[in-house]
Formats: sequence, structure tokens, C-alpha cells
Amino acid sequence: MAAPEMRDPIESGCPDGFQYMHPVMRRNYGLWAYHEDPRPGVLVHVSKTGEKIWTVRAGTQRILDVFTLRKLMDIGDTYGDGYVHFTIRSNIEFQVADGAKVEPLVKALEDAGFPVGGTRNSVTSLSHTQGWLHCDIPGTDASGVVKSMMDELLPEFKAWNMPNRVHITTSCCQINCGGQGDIAINVQHVKPPKINHALVGNVCERPSVVARCPVAAIRPAMVDGKPSLEVDEKKCICCGACYPPCPPMQINDHQYTQLAIWIGGNHSNARGKPTFQRLVAAGIPNNPPRWPEATAIVKKILECYKAGAKDWERINEWVERIGWPRFFEVTGLPFTKYHIDNWRGARANLNSSTHIRF
Amino acid sequence: MATNNYPTPMLDVLEEGPWPSFITGFKKLRDEHPDERIRNVINGLMGQLEHSYETKMGYWKGGTISVFGYGGGIIPRFSEVGHMFPESKEFHTLRVQPPAGNYYTTDMLRQLADSWEKWGSGLQTFHGQTGNIMFIGANSVNFQHFFDEINEYGWDLGGAGPCVRTGMSCVGAARCEMSNCNEHAIHRRLMNNFTDDVHRPALPYKFKFKVSGCPNDCQNAIERADFAVIGTWRDEMKVNQEAVKEMIMKKAKEIGKEGDRSAGRQYMFDNVISRCPTQAIKLNDDDTITVDNGNCVRCMHCLNVMPKALQVGDDKGVTILIGGKRTLKIGDLMGTVVIPFMKLDNEEDYERIVELAASIIDFWAENGLEHERCGEMIERIGLVNFLEGIGIDPDPNMIKQPRNVSYVRTDGWDEAAEAWFNRKREEKAAA
Repeated sequence: MAAPEMRDPIESGCPDGFQYMHPVMRRNYGLWAYHEDPRPGVLVHVSKTGEKIWTVRAGTQRILDVFTLRKLMDIGDTYGDGYVHFTIRSNIEFQVADGAKVEPLVKALEDAGFPVGGTRNSVTSLSHTQGWLHCDIPGTDASGVVKSMMDELLPEFKAWNMPNRVHITTSCCQINCGGQGDIAINVQHVKPPKINHALVGNVCERPSVVARCPVAAIRPAMVDGKPSLEVDEKKCICCGACYPPCPPMQINDHQYTQLAIWIGGNHSNARGKPTFQRLVAAGIPNNPPRWPEATAIVKKILECYKAGAKDWERINEWVERIGWPRFFEVTGLPFTKYHIDNWRGARANLNSSTHIRF
Repeated sequence: MATNNYPTPMLDVLEEGPWPSFITGFKKLRDEHPDERIRNVINGLMGQLEHSYETKMGYWKGGTISVFGYGGGIIPRFSEVGHMFPESKEFHTLRVQPPAGNYYTTDMLRQLADSWEKWGSGLQTFHGQTGNIMFIGANSVNFQHFFDEINEYGWDLGGAGPCVRTGMSCVGAARCEMSNCNEHAIHRRLMNNFTDDVHRPALPYKFKFKVSGCPNDCQNAIERADFAVIGTWRDEMKVNQEAVKEMIMKKAKEIGKEGDRSAGRQYMFDNVISRCPTQAIKLNDDDTITVDNGNCVRCMHCLNVMPKALQVGDDKGVTILIGGKRTLKIGDLMGTVVIPFMKLDNEEDYERIVELAASIIDFWAENGLEHERCGEMIERIGLVNFLEGIGIDPDPNMIKQPRNVSYVRTDGWDEAAEAWFNRKREEKAAA
């Protein structure tokens, strides 16, 4: 039988976004003078030519079914100008050239269940990963965690209550695809991988699994007469890095997967330099379908930040100003030996001064 | 409504509450979609997801799948519990490159939805963490048909695996006064020069390009991209003194002290002047401001507070930082400044940035270990070896501070110092 005719791909790569921009944006490309914020979720940009463009931003569930996508497009056609843009946190933005269209567009989005907000000093939508829906190494879900959290944080999405913008992320394993955030909710495994020694030799490329371990805890070994791998459980940090290249080294466990919360990841250069997030809480139950314990801690941190930070201070800057001891005091979170860094370069994270607040 | 749906008591809880519910969307597909294939696939998917919620475990396995002619761009997923939920036992994701800047027309998105509905599950995400449109849920036959169809009208797959990954760029010059470069042109020039490296994974690990038009870095490039392009400027920021005065009175009004000039000035001291990281901005008695541009580090704070009064300068360009990445394997790394400033005005400039990217990728492909990101390689071999490998001279903007450990061999000092003075002379002559 002849092989089927296959079609060669057209390697067109990244499409040109210019042709899909609102005509006002095309005309004023690189000519914007300033912007104003008429209300949460709405921006107006003013060009040096005098032209204006309004943006209405709304939250979505990120994973869209075609019905929801078409509903958003219908709103975009009926109340907008037929042009949309997505932010990196999966907010959808509609651009309109006529300010009179803003209120009806906001109303149409709200009526259809898409909250308008997420601009300036609000808590915007969470950027997150795939979780149990699609990932091959998830310790927890992502969409469900985010839905539960945003249900509770909705008032903060729709208003400008925060000292500065708040970016929250979630990640369903310690590889942390969700990335750095002012607050990040990530999985921590608390038990080394369970190894199915009967399968390792046939399934895993053992040298690359050994090489994958960040703490050199994996060694080749013969187990029951079969080539396998063993883990030095004292060294193991339960990161799960060995699991993708070697699924018989199962890291996920319904009992030993918990959540941790990190704060202070900030990718802007504004005022201070970009910062990475820091561990503040761990041992939080991985508790579907609503994960109330994680949400409660996030809300507590936000409440303290809102009360204690100055205008424009991001979470990392607030904590830097008041000091970590005070952060643990105001939030009521326990400080433990697990907060003390022991990774490479850890001493740079220790206090080598007498700068201490009493 | 079908009666043979898998029960989903835990997922049902996620329909409650005001935030848009992905479960409600799933159910609509499962119960109301005209195509029985989609109804069944979503039913299976929900069954498996419910099972994950109940057992607190994930059940997807990877594999190897690609469209004809490519080696990547698809995330294969085979269910480990396919015997329980056979309808969705193959549930692959196609990663599709969005237009630079994530701009769409409603018509395009409808067209994509129509094609996806024909071949896939009807679920899609704008966008994944790498920056792709994710078409989630095609079986092992249909993904090729879907790709063929959308590829015909202008869409292409992004990267998956050890390859150049899909790029990202911010809203940029299209709708932002802070923009210092043509983010979308940079994004496309870089990406589309490496199309082969996107589609045929042959690098040590992933390599990401991200472009932010200013140091606010909305695309999180410094922390997440191997090659981060950040727009900046090197002349004076523009000050509209009238707008500064206006701002002072406007702020006074906002804090409930209308007409109280000193309250507005106090706001300026508290929120602009004292927040400048290099103390480069001064508020004068007549409500004008003076900027010490030589000490301004373009942090963006004062421009963020006063977008109407302060604007970026005219002599625009980009700063390039190399080696940012997430946790695996040695921990998170930020990008390091490798090019403090370069102009991107003409064709020659664009060729230069593409050449730089090519030389970095080549050097890393040659010297990186398997599964080692570019930043990890730099950590292992040292920045100087990397700079020599790509032919870039050392520059004090690359460091926070010079080395502090005295254990260093300096036997080539004189030549290095001479090279520095020669470069300075050349720069002066060229200026």
C-alpha cells in the first residue's frame, strides 16, 4: 500500500499583529502621549495627534469553550469595534474609538458574567498553569484553584483598593511555570518519589534522570536484579524533576502534596530592581474543589498589605520597608526553619548586619 | 440532555460564585453542542477531571506526536485512566503562535473557533504561560487536519520541547505611551528568523524571546526569557511642566484637599521625589521639576505616576538581557545585561539583533549540556567565557558590583586595560 499523501506545512511562523490592530492603534502606532484611567477596568489612551482609544478589560475563565469565545466575540461586534487583545493574565481587552461605547460595553460584559476590572492598583486575574486538566506532572489543579480564589477576590479585581497592582500566580508543580508573582501559590511535595523498580530500566534513560536531579540525590542501582535508580532520601528535596523523564519515579501523592505561598515576585524595574518571590507559608492542604485554606492565607496577606503599605509600594517593597519579622507578626504566619535559605548562594539571603527593628 | 454523563459532584461546586466558571463552559459543550463527538469528548474529560479531584492525582501522560514535517508544537496527552473515560483518552494540545502583541479581530477568532470545533474539543486558551494559543484536546488523527486547515489561512505552530519557543511582546507602541521600540517588529524578526529551530527541536533545552517596550517589563522578560529585549532611551526624559503643576492640584483634589497646593506638593514628595531610586528628580518651589538625567536609571516610576507630565526621551533603543529562566534545574535566574543599549531604527540594526541572537543560540547549542538553559550555562562557565564566545566586550553595565574574592588570576591585565582604553577612544572618535 502506498504511503498517504502528506501535506507540507507552510512555515509562516509568527503572524503580523499589525494587520489585526484597531485602525486607531495602527494610525497612532508609536504616537501615544499619555493615558488616563476613567474607572477600574477602563483605560483611555490619548495620541499626540489628538485621537483617543478606549480599552475595556474583563476577566475570563482562561480556558474558553467555543460558546464562550463566540459570546465574547458577539459582545465585541455589537458593543465594540471588532478588535480584541489579551493580556498575559488572560484578561480580554476590547478597544473602541468612541468613548460613548464604553458604558454599554462594560454593561454587556458584566451582564454576560465577565467582570470588568483588573487595571492599575487592583488584583488582576491570576496567571496560571494547566493542572489536572492537561499537565502530565500536576500536584494539583490550576483552573479550579483560580476560580475559587477569584470568586473571593472579585471585589479587589473590580476596584482600586490596593496600594499598587497585585499579580497572583499559581503553579501545579515546583517547576513553577506560573512564574513569579506578588503572591504565588505553588505545590510542594513533601515525600521523595515512590519508585516502581520493575519499570525504570525499560522506561527511563537513566543517565539523563541522574543528571536532572538538582541536588545529585539520584544514583543508578540494581534492585531485584534489575537496573534501576535509587534516591538518597536525605538529600532529596521532593522537587519532582525526575518524574517527567522517568514516570516510574512517581512524585505525586494524594496525601503528600501540599500547597505553599510565596510573595514578593515583581518583574518591574520601577523604583527597585526586579525581585524573586520568597516563601512565606507551606504545609497548606491540597484541598479540592475549593482550596479554602490557601485562599484564606492569600486574603490575609492582601489585607495586611492593603492596611500597611504606602501608595505605589508593591508587596516586596512593603515587606522590605517594614522588615520580615514584622511581616510574620502582622500576618500571623509562623516563621520556621524552612524559611531559611540553604540553596546555593544562600548566605546572601541571611542578615549580616545589625539592622534589626525592635 | 444526555443522561449517560459521568457524575461530577466536586466540579459542580466550581459553578458557584461570581467569577466566570470554566466548568459551566464545559457543561455547555457537553450538553448543548450539536456535534456528538464534542459532547462525548467533554463528558470524558469532565469524568477524568472529577476523578482527579476525588483522588488528588493527575492522569495524563506525555508521548511523541507532531504534525507532518515538524518535530514539535504539540503537547501529546494520553490518559492513564482511558479505560474509565475512553471518550477523551487522547487529548493533545496544539500550540499555535499568536500574532505579535496578541492582537485579534473577532472574525479571526470566529474562524479559528469554527476550525477547532470541526476537529478538536472546542476548548482553547488565550494564552499559555509560554505565550501560545492553546487548542486543548485533539485526538491522534484530527490534530493534523486541524493544523492543515489553520495553516492554510496563516497560522503556524509554536515551540514545544528543546527548541526556540513562541515569543511574547507587550501591547507596545500600538497602545502605550511608554513604548521605546517597535516591539512587534522585533518579536517577529527574532521569531521568524528561527522558524526551523521552533519546529524541529534540536537545542539543549528551551529558548525564549520576550519583548517589553519599557522597563516596566509587562512581559516578565527579565525573569522568564533567555533573550529579553527591553525598550529604553538614553537622552533626557520629556517634562511637561504645565502638566506637573496640573498634577499637583489634581492630586490635592483627589485626596480631599481641593485648592491646597501644599497637600499636592506633599503627595509629590511622598510618591515621586522620595521614590526615585537614584534621587534624580527634584520638585522646585514654583511647582516645576528638575531631572538629573545623567543619574536617571529609567526605572519608570515617575512616568507611571505622571504619564501626562513625563514622557520617555527621543533617543530610543533597547537593553538586552540574557539567561532569565524559571526554577528547573538550578533555581530561578534573572537575565544578565549583555547589551546595555542598542539602537533599533533601521534594517542594519535589525540584522544586528538577529545576528546576536543567532550567535548566542549557536554558542549555547555548542556548549550547553543537555537540558541546560542558556542562563544555567552562563552560571556554569562564567559570564566572561560566554561574552568571549559571542564576541561581546565586557561593560560595567553588566555587573551590580565587581568581584569581591581576591582569588583571581590577573596576568592578562595590561592587554585587557589597553583594549578598554582603545574602545573608549574609538567610541569618542565615533561620537
